[in-house]
Amino acid sequence: MDLDFSAAENAFRAEARAWLTAHVSTSRLPSLETAEGFAAHREWERALFADRWSVVSWPEEYGGRGVSLLQWLIFEEEYYAADAPGRVSQNGINLLAPTLFEHGTPEQRARVLPPMASGEVIWAQAWSEPEAGSDLARLRSTAQRTEGGWRLTGQKTWSSRAAFADRAFGLFRSDPAADKPHPGLTYLMFPLDAPGLTVRPLGRLDGKPAFAELFLDDVFVPDEDVIGAPGEGWRVAMSTAGSERGLTLRSPGRFTAAADRLARLWRDEADPADTALRDRVADAVIGARAYELFAYASVSRIAAGESIGAESSLNKVFWSELDIALHETALDLLGPYGELADDAADAPAHGGWAEGYTFSLAGPIYAGTNEIQRDIIAERLLGLPKGRR
Amino acid sequence: MRFLLDTEQRAFAKTLDGMLGSSDTPSTIRSWAAGDPGPGRTLWSRLAEAGVFGLAVPERHEGLGLLPVELGVAFTELGRHAVPGPLVETVAAAALLDRLGDRAPAETWLPRIAAGAALVSLCAPDAGSPYALDADTADAVFVVEDDTVWLAAGRGPLQRSSDPARRLFRPTGATVLVEGPTVRAATSYATDVAALTTAAQALGLGRALLDHTVAYAAQRTQFGVAIGSFQAVKHRLADVLLALEFAQPLVHSAALALASDAPSARRECAAAKVTAGEAAYAASRTALQVHGALGYTEELELSLWIRKARALRDAWGTPAACRSLVLAP
Ligand SMILES: Cc1cc2nc3c(=O)[nH]c(=O)nc-3n(C[C@H](O)[C@H](O)[C@H](O)COP(=O)(O)OP(=O)(O)OC[C@H]3O[C@@H](n4cnc5c(N)ncnc54)[C@H](O)[C@@H]3O)c2cc1C
Repeated sequence: MDLDFSAAENAFRAEARAWLTAHVSTSRLPSLETAEGFAAHREWERALFADRWSVVSWPEEYGGRGVSLLQWLIFEEEYYAADAPGRVSQNGINLLAPTLFEHGTPEQRARVLPPMASGEVIWAQAWSEPEAGSDLARLRSTAQRTEGGWRLTGQKTWSSRAAFADRAFGLFRSDPAADKPHPGLTYLMFPLDAPGLTVRPLGRLDGKPAFAELFLDDVFVPDEDVIGAPGEGWRVAMSTAGSERGLTLRSPGRFTAAADRLARLWRDEADPADTALRDRVADAVIGARAYELFAYASVSRIAAGESIGAESSLNKVFWSELDIALHETALDLLGPYGELADDAADAPAHGGWAEGYTFSLAGPIYAGTNEIQRDIIAERLLGLPKGRR
Repeated sequence: MRFLLDTEQRAFAKTLDGMLGSSDTPSTIRSWAAGDPGPGRTLWSRLAEAGVFGLAVPERHEGLGLLPVELGVAFTELGRHAVPGPLVETVAAAALLDRLGDRAPAETWLPRIAAGAALVSLCAPDAGSPYALDADTADAVFVVEDDTVWLAAGRGPLQRSSDPARRLFRPTGATVLVEGPTVRAATSYATDVAALTTAAQALGLGRALLDHTVAYAAQRTQFGVAIGSFQAVKHRLADVLLALEFAQPLVHSAALALASDAPSARRECAAAKVTAGEAAYAASRTALQVHGALGYTEELELSLWIRKARALRDAWGTPAACRSLVLAP
């Protein structure tokens, strides 16, 4: 057992750090949840890709560097420590790409992955429907067989950044006769500017037009855009849902960087006599460290040939609650300035806490609510009996 | 970078777990609490044979070397089985004596500690440990204050703890053992060892509490179904697992930091202590709640675990003290 990095890992870290130092601008890009910011972030993805930093863990043929999971963690640590821009391509990179690596055809990988890595095609996730949130398998949108492909009809909602994205991936009911909800679903990719498709932006809690609803009216999708076998969509989607919850969606670098900023804020701003606040700062700092170490342990287990299954639910609950604790504590430290939006003239120079806070509030909801994750932990990790659901 | 226990360390844990599992620790704990240390001392000798105390003693004093990672492993198992006695105090005293500069006390005590012949206690009022645990059974009680180490002569009356298996005393009438500037550094190191081993013990205690409670929840029925199928019960148990799972790597990493004498060791031990202590305490609260009134009875063996959790949370570094160490510059 050791926590020392090898010479190769240290060299990789140094190379990433040097590149980030040279390329991350000191002025913040506008929020990627706005049209202007989305475009600026797309440019940033292009710059990352040009020097092969956008998808470091992917094979080289798709624009990656083929590095280990541990090196990916190192890259992420450096990325967030450098305060580099948020990743507008994350839905594609974290959700669709792992699915294609596991279930896609070589043709699909060759066609879809390189433009995803370069930011040329940005993907939205179209899983949820108005009546199908936690109980996703009850979704109603349909895919009907037609000559050379499928016709999609129905409604998807809360699709992050679909207002600006290029394409989407999601589940559709292809066999309405199937007696159980899970079979008879098909996983497909489709363009957001297809004939018959309407995108309606939906403001989120802070008013930014980050969500969208999708209305599909007989949208044609060719067979080549079905992922896995028709009717097997649930299995295909679930086999990679773990990566949405777990480590690869929320790498520890993000939280260790925020914890460092929080500790600095505490040193600069806090009343040392306020031990209640001090304890919360300490807990957030410890939490970020715990998450980082837990990630190292997971990576060590994966490297030793173990696979991580329902454990990703532990990650999900932990990082989402840690993220809220980090941001709530920062706002409390800022006192009356905590309510200022990041673009307010008087906004604290430390920056980013307001949007970070709003975003953190969504953590216990998306990627499977924390109530559902706790059910999974109790049933699959502790072996407790299934209850009514 | 490899951040998992190796096969030997896992085998060591398994051996201890098996040995303690077949030792009827509940009756040993009850005897110990009643002032009869006989069965406890027998168990102590068996632990020494398995090498537990040698892990805190350098080879030149007939130990295995100070091995914090293995100590973490061993203390997790001691906690899992709620083994009574001044376990933490003995290994912390060994770490203290080894670093005092003055060879004589080390030569006298360390080989005996490694062999399990001496069970010693330690109290450090400045480090938040004002009482000497199990001073009535200990072969020696060391007290550290400022830059002096004392050997206690008397122990005063028993100060009852909320965990009857923890017998507390306030040592008196001491004679000076070592004095001087080396004492502070040695004490700081020894209290880090105490924090680490207490954290590991809490972690094991918490795991045992969770295991027993999960088993109970799966078997106890009310309203015609197992109570473990109720979401309110499930979610409390899920939270216990979460807290323990994320405390575990902090304990490992604190052990690694101590093993390499890293400057961060103090902070890491404090982080491990507060996190594992709170996790075990939460496990005990949940265990009590899920067992209902049964959990509130002394007859239930699990009460021996439940009552220890709060004490371990506050021993060798209260949560507040640990949190302030984590943020210390
Ligand atoms: C910021 C953000 C981004 C998102 N991005 C996307 C996206 O890009 N694509 C996409 O498809 N979706 C997206 N979603 C939607 C997300 O996946 C759903 O919100 C989520 O699955 C929960 O569904 P729901 O909102 O319908 O809540 P519901 O399922 O209606 O749940 C409401 C409440 O009831 C609780 N509840 C429900 N069932 C149970 C149960 N069995 N036991 C206990 N409690 C229960 C839930 O935990 C929750 O607290 C996003 C959501 C947010 C907030």
